Amino acid sequence: MMSALTAASMQTIPNLIPNGDYVRILPEIVLSIFGMIIMLLDPVMSERRSQRALGVIALLGAIAALAATFYQAQQQFWGLGFWGMVKVDPFSIFFHVVVIAVTIVVILSSYEYMEVQQIRAGEYYGLILFGAVGMALMSSAVELVLIFIALEISSIATYVLAGFRRRAAISSEASVKYFLLGSFATAFFLYGVAMMFGATGSTSIATIGAAMGLFNGGGGLLLAYLGVGLMFVGLGFKVAAAPFHIWTPDVYEGAPSPVVGFMSTAPKAAVFAVLIRVMFQAHAPGRVWLMWVVAALSMSIGNIAALVQDNIKRLLAYSSIAHAGYVLVAFAALPANGIPAAMFYTASYAAMNVGAFAVVGHFAGRGERYVALEDYSGLGRRSPLLAGVLTIFLLSLIGIPITGGFFAKFYVFSAAMQGPHPLIGLTVIGVVNSAIAAYYYLRIIVFMYMREPRDQARVPRVTPGLGIALAISLAATIYLGVLPGQVLDYAGRAAAFLH
Amino acid sequence: MNGLDQSILTLVTFAPAAGALLLLFFPRRDRDIRLFALVISLLTFILSLHLPAHFVRDQPGFQFERDIRWIPTPNIHYHMGMDGISLWLVVLTTFLTPLCVLISWKSIHERVKEFFILLLILESALIGVFVSLDLFLFYFFWESTLIPMALLIGMFGHGRKVYAAIKFFLYTMIASVFMLAGILWLYAKTGSFDFVTIQAAIHSGAVPSFAAAAQWLFLGFFIAFAVKVPLFPFHTWLPDAHVEAPTAGSVLLAGVLLKMGTYGLLRFNLGLFPEQARANAWWIVILALIGIVYGALVAMVQPNMKKLIAYSSISHLGFVVLGIFSFTQAGLNGAMFIMLAHGISTGGLFMLAGILYERRHTYEISEFGGLATPMPVYSTFFLFVMLASVGLPLLNGFIGEFLVLSGAFQAKMWWGVVAASGVIWSACYLLWMYQRVFFGVVKHEENNSLPDLNLRERVALWPAMIMALAMGVVPMLWLNSIDPAVKNALAPFADLAAKVVGR
Repeated sequence: MMSALTAASMQTIPNLIPNGDYVRILPEIVLSIFGMIIMLLDPVMSERRSQRALGVIALLGAIAALAATFYQAQQQFWGLGFWGMVKVDPFSIFFHVVVIAVTIVVILSSYEYMEVQQIRAGEYYGLILFGAVGMALMSSAVELVLIFIALEISSIATYVLAGFRRRAAISSEASVKYFLLGSFATAFFLYGVAMMFGATGSTSIATIGAAMGLFNGGGGLLLAYLGVGLMFVGLGFKVAAAPFHIWTPDVYEGAPSPVVGFMSTAPKAAVFAVLIRVMFQAHAPGRVWLMWVVAALSMSIGNIAALVQDNIKRLLAYSSIAHAGYVLVAFAALPANGIPAAMFYTASYAAMNVGAFAVVGHFAGRGERYVALEDYSGLGRRSPLLAGVLTIFLLSLIGIPITGGFFAKFYVFSAAMQGPHPLIGLTVIGVVNSAIAAYYYLRIIVFMYMREPRDQARVPRVTPGLGIALAISLAATIYLGVLPGQVLDYAGRAAAFLH
Repeated sequence: MNGLDQSILTLVTFAPAAGALLLLFFPRRDRDIRLFALVISLLTFILSLHLPAHFVRDQPGFQFERDIRWIPTPNIHYHMGMDGISLWLVVLTTFLTPLCVLISWKSIHERVKEFFILLLILESALIGVFVSLDLFLFYFFWESTLIPMALLIGMFGHGRKVYAAIKFFLYTMIASVFMLAGILWLYAKTGSFDFVTIQAAIHSGAVPSFAAAAQWLFLGFFIAFAVKVPLFPFHTWLPDAHVEAPTAGSVLLAGVLLKMGTYGLLRFNLGLFPEQARANAWWIVILALIGIVYGALVAMVQPNMKKLIAYSSISHLGFVVLGIFSFTQAGLNGAMFIMLAHGISTGGLFMLAGILYERRHTYEISEFGGLATPMPVYSTFFLFVMLASVGLPLLNGFIGEFLVLSGAFQAKMWWGVVAASGVIWSACYLLWMYQRVFFGVVKHEENNSLPDLNLRERVALWPAMIMALAMGVVPMLWLNSIDPAVKNALAPFADLAAKVVGR
């Protein structure tokens, strides 16, 4: 940042920020404006009516941000802005779309949830939008300090969101736990940035990448190794990669379900975008073996721990640790194959996981009473539609054909097998893991279809908002599973901008 | 090649799936759903008859081919095609499915819609497995068979159905990921998933570092197929799955699903890795021989009728593997023929066992006895199908076993001797079971009033019996198109075969 701010631009004050620069952060601006509108309206509206109206405003904001992203996608706005701190390219557009689409789905599925849980708080929607600002910014930031700021924006919003079930002690516990550990993790990240600055004299990803090419050992390289390691502690925490995953099950169990759907997909996607920039674009030293170890650990720990879970939210928490591991397999591969594979995985994981949590949230009922696997007994009989939809998401999480999850795994493992040094060991660990994982997802399906209903409690009707949310995530999951070519192509083109 | 020839495989493959999709929107009127499923499966069968009718016997290579780019990166094609090996397996699938629908007419009375949707999806996936020529597409269909089958067992089975369903799923899933790793390796080295391209590249030695990896690749594919067959010692999932599965599930499981394994061995393990197949044949044949004898001996002591038939499948499929790895023309022809014959006769046996279960809700042999008196027609049907399974001359079982045995004798004397004992064993356990169930006096009072076969059940059984007889009397109808394809498959082994025969 400091290096970019040159004396020349200081003199021409009227044109300090070219107009095009504002377009380069247009989605973030739109989201912030709508977030602020919500915060301003919330206190003046009557408590009972505010819920729905503010939700609609938030939805409009997210849709407007999506439109802004598509506007950005026009070629003339590609490039750097704000003194080289943000960059709009197909890569950032891809992650913007993922993050904002998830935001839309979460807002849609929150209407019903908030009403059922009797949580009256307009700031909920505002926080979701502010969180999305941070996540969107993370994917277009190409400067480590800005990345840190964006990371904090998104994190602080999610810390608060995790504690939104105020009557439940477990939710407050989740919030505090997430906050304390998360603050530690981001501090590590900042430490890493400092080390990196020490090693290369810059915090710009491109400059670091160029500097890394010049190292042939020596003190600078050691600092860079330390920098990468410390940054990964912070980022690994956010994506719940082992061994920084301990917080995940507790937080996911306590936080409101739509929020879990949100924070297990959108911030993860954004952090993976950052990781792609740090690992590939900045030519992080030691990338392959670091990612190898972390991926193998995450997959194995996540899947094995998930085998014994009886609470569906904890189960999906461990599954998300494992899925972070699968994505990290792509990070150990060659850039040309690894980047598109990681991007595709992120997108399809977002689609299926946010959908799965929407169903979980709907079915949980007031106070999230029904979250044990036992409660899913006979769901196939009590609510065939809901059970069918959840089954498709679960099959996608297993990686069964004609779902996005299948191609996601496929691309990741095939990326790992490419090149002169195929990662055969990691691939074998990966495929064995995905076979183990089938067991616990299947257990949920078994409960739904092969067990008798435990009680005849009526499953609440699906409201239109939730219906649309489910339809969007279902359509995305199937689309990525039947015609993955287009998205993968786009990811491939986007990746070409990075190396 | 007219227009229909190009799209016929697509039509046959996806007709049942399209039917399943329509069924999804049906109101829950069980009668209509059953009728619709029957119509769709019959329509698929009629469509599939186009294949043998227009199949050019002596043309080498694949026919009815369709090759469209599906996904550009990675280079995945929608490549379908068939040769004499897959031709009859497809027709077997489409032939058995309407019978499955008929046999499940009354026995499935809850969640009827789900049942028939799953059955039709399963049929689509099974056909897809046999006609895909793109390794990716093949894996896609291969995995797609898992879910509907596991759900059929788990939702509509009886007893320890959940245990059986999960065991089935995990066994085959874990085994097939090794095949996936192999497929990915091949793609990384050749840049293609196309079976024909990869085969050509391997034969011309254009695949880098193939020699070092070939043994592992062979094993990766082999483990996936061996579990599916199932070859001893990977067979433990089969009896559980069979006993707990609903009748239609058992029929398709034994009739077609197991053949996916032997088909895979023949198509991929022999087709892609001939040298490794030759090098590994000795221990695979030993496993097959153990399977033949062991399966038969275990079948003999089963108190449960369905488990007995399940173990007899292990024995029969041992013959198929023996035939394949004898690398002789007769052996391979016989292996192919047993695949078809076993599908018909074991499918028939499972249907008959299911009919009995509908009446008495048990498969225990000791619960029956003297059934020939109250159910004369049933026992005649049973006798016929059982004799086909035993391998009585003029019925379909005989031809295949004879060919495999002659192939085995050509390859190695003692293989043939051990395998031939299996023929005797199969007569023992089946005839003994027949005696205990049908002859003697009626021991249990309730068996006296068992109703005989009704019209629907007869309609379901007749086609299987006619087919068993036809295949036994005029086997050349089938072998005519199998033989050239087998000759093709054996081309890389020609020198080996010559050596063995000359010995």
